[in-house]
Amino acid sequence: MRLLEYQAKSLFSDYTIPIPKGYTSIDIEQGRKDASALGYPFVIKAQMAVGGRGKAGAIQKCHNADEFQLKYPEIMQKVVKGEKTQAILLEKMADIKKELYLSLFLNRGKRCYTIISSSEGGVEIESVKNQVIREVGLGDVDTKTAEEVGKEIGLKDKTLSQFVEILQKLSKITVEKEAELAEINPLAVLKDDSLLALDGKVIIDDNAMFRHDELRKFQEVSELEERAEKSGFSLVELDGNMAVVGNGAGLVMSTLDMLSDHGGKPACFLDVGGGATTDTVYEALTLISKMKKVKGILVNLYGGIVKTTTVATAFIKAYENKVIDVPVFARMSGAEADRSKEMLKGSRTKMFDTIEEAINNAVIEVNKNG
Amino acid sequence: MVDLFELLVGKEGEKDYQKKPVIVQGITGKFGSFHTQQMLAYGTNIVAGVTPGKGGQKIEGVPIYETMKDAVNSSGAKISIVFVPAKFFLSAAVEALEAGIKLLIAIPEHVPVKDALTIADMAKKKDAIIIGPNTPGIIIPGIMKIGIMPASPFKPGRIAVISRSGTLMYEVSHNLSLANFGQSICLGIGGDPINGTPLIEAFDRIRDGTNIDGVVVVGEIGGDAEEMLAQHIIDTKFDKPVVAYIAGRAAPKEKRMGHAGAIIYGNYGSSESKVSMYTKANVPVAKRPAEIPMLLAGKIGKGRIK
Repeated sequence: MRLLEYQAKSLFSDYTIPIPKGYTSIDIEQGRKDASALGYPFVIKAQMAVGGRGKAGAIQKCHNADEFQLKYPEIMQKVVKGEKTQAILLEKMADIKKELYLSLFLNRGKRCYTIISSSEGGVEIESVKNQVIREVGLGDVDTKTAEEVGKEIGLKDKTLSQFVEILQKLSKITVEKEAELAEINPLAVLKDDSLLALDGKVIIDDNAMFRHDELRKFQEVSELEERAEKSGFSLVELDGNMAVVGNGAGLVMSTLDMLSDHGGKPACFLDVGGGATTDTVYEALTLISKMKKVKGILVNLYGGIVKTTTVATAFIKAYENKVIDVPVFARMSGAEADRSKEMLKGSRTKMFDTIEEAINNAVIEVNKNG
Repeated sequence: MVDLFELLVGKEGEKDYQKKPVIVQGITGKFGSFHTQQMLAYGTNIVAGVTPGKGGQKIEGVPIYETMKDAVNSSGAKISIVFVPAKFFLSAAVEALEAGIKLLIAIPEHVPVKDALTIADMAKKKDAIIIGPNTPGIIIPGIMKIGIMPASPFKPGRIAVISRSGTLMYEVSHNLSLANFGQSICLGIGGDPINGTPLIEAFDRIRDGTNIDGVVVVGEIGGDAEEMLAQHIIDTKFDKPVVAYIAGRAAPKEKRMGHAGAIIYGNYGSSESKVSMYTKANVPVAKRPAEIPMLLAGKIGKGRIK
């Protein structure tokens, strides 16, 4: 689960990492009240789970009530890289001298947390230069290590000791909340040499959520995602028009790649789990029917234990019950494939022996229909 | 390093050669009992099951015990396969290692990272091997399978397949079998961020097998396991043919693609990074699963296809 900026900051605040004064709202009525409580000027920040907000105009300065009236709704409507604004954070501006980068992440290869820090923050991690990288085990970061990192990025005196405190608190968050990533970027050095967390990103291990009821309030899933989760599926919504369904995450990713290679545009990634039954496939089709942009459905199932006829039944049922009205291009390997083809004859589900054939036909057909 | 083949099949001449005893933890659940039956049908020597509260009963002719200690003591097994729900995985795995299990196949998906790290650490101290979590298991085609994979895609031969994904392991093995590349072993390391046996270690545990002509590594986006393996292949001058596949080229950043481990942060975990390291190691990367046998044939040379 990726926390939004204001959620990450609320966690920072619980651990007494300094953050700017700010208020979060989801409508302009509340926003106006927040604005007068905060006082102009301030920054309006779209709360969305994506980087690059500044460049996309989803973070803007605001100097007076007229500007507010224009900018608040504009930012509320923003979509950046397919992510919509979920809330708006109004935040006091700070007197910034310098922007640092600081994060702790779970290093999968080394099986430990790793600190990354730099004196040149404020840009996305890929572009952060002069990174200081330190592997730190699985427990809390000790004072000595934190000090070394601070010195290496050129801090001293009061700023250094505050940096040590912040890094240790960030490490506590990572350990106690079972985070895969906790990032402060930028960590601002202010005119008075004190530090302030201007932005925050925290990603919690989804599989550990059952131990963290206190974080549930931050969980914001779409209706579709919630339904998918209940059925034991994984769903990722994408921008295109072809729904991609399969059993097993690797297989669905692989199908997505091949579809993209052939000029197709995936509308979603839907993994129904290792097995596939009439019920799971029917439920998957029901979920997809809620996505209006879908013009065709590409299905890739590796059978094996499950008979393909079981799955064919689901397609027939879905059309009969008018759950779906777009064509399905299916590749199902496994037992009784010939009988399945026979069953599907004359229906809008076309069955193919290879995924390559299914993709070719799907792309041609969907493009033809615009 | 303990060779996986030796643990799984033993040495010729041993009384239980190719019949190493296996315990099933969570044997009475829907999933556990179904796959126990499937494994038995494939020839796996399942000697005991564990489900608290059901000790003394039998399922598929296999005796059930209350605890792992009892099951190990009465069967002498060193291998177990775990089917319990993710929440209970850690305690089941700890119980197994404390009872003396040396190879544990961890099937459950959704095990917290912290629990996976804890058990991996304990396994290291006890000189045991964890495969998974979130793995389909291991199959030695024609001899035994300890896992949930269907039998049909696999056929005996001399190619090793190591995979982060379950169904892709079936798909790739199926393609290999069609092209007459049978498999000596197919091993799923799991789709989670932390693998009990990381890719590089899985590779080292099979690399010296005399029954291996080539290795196929099925990877996906997320983490840096493929990059590390590529460097390792260079450093150790591994000279058998290796062919790779990486799923998730078209996946957006910072989205978890079904597997807990399939997520890109920045450049960390991207397909480009993995392909470029494999290229350095002279490992061709297939664009789609069906291309793998072709690349492998190119590397091995037709004369060695059996």
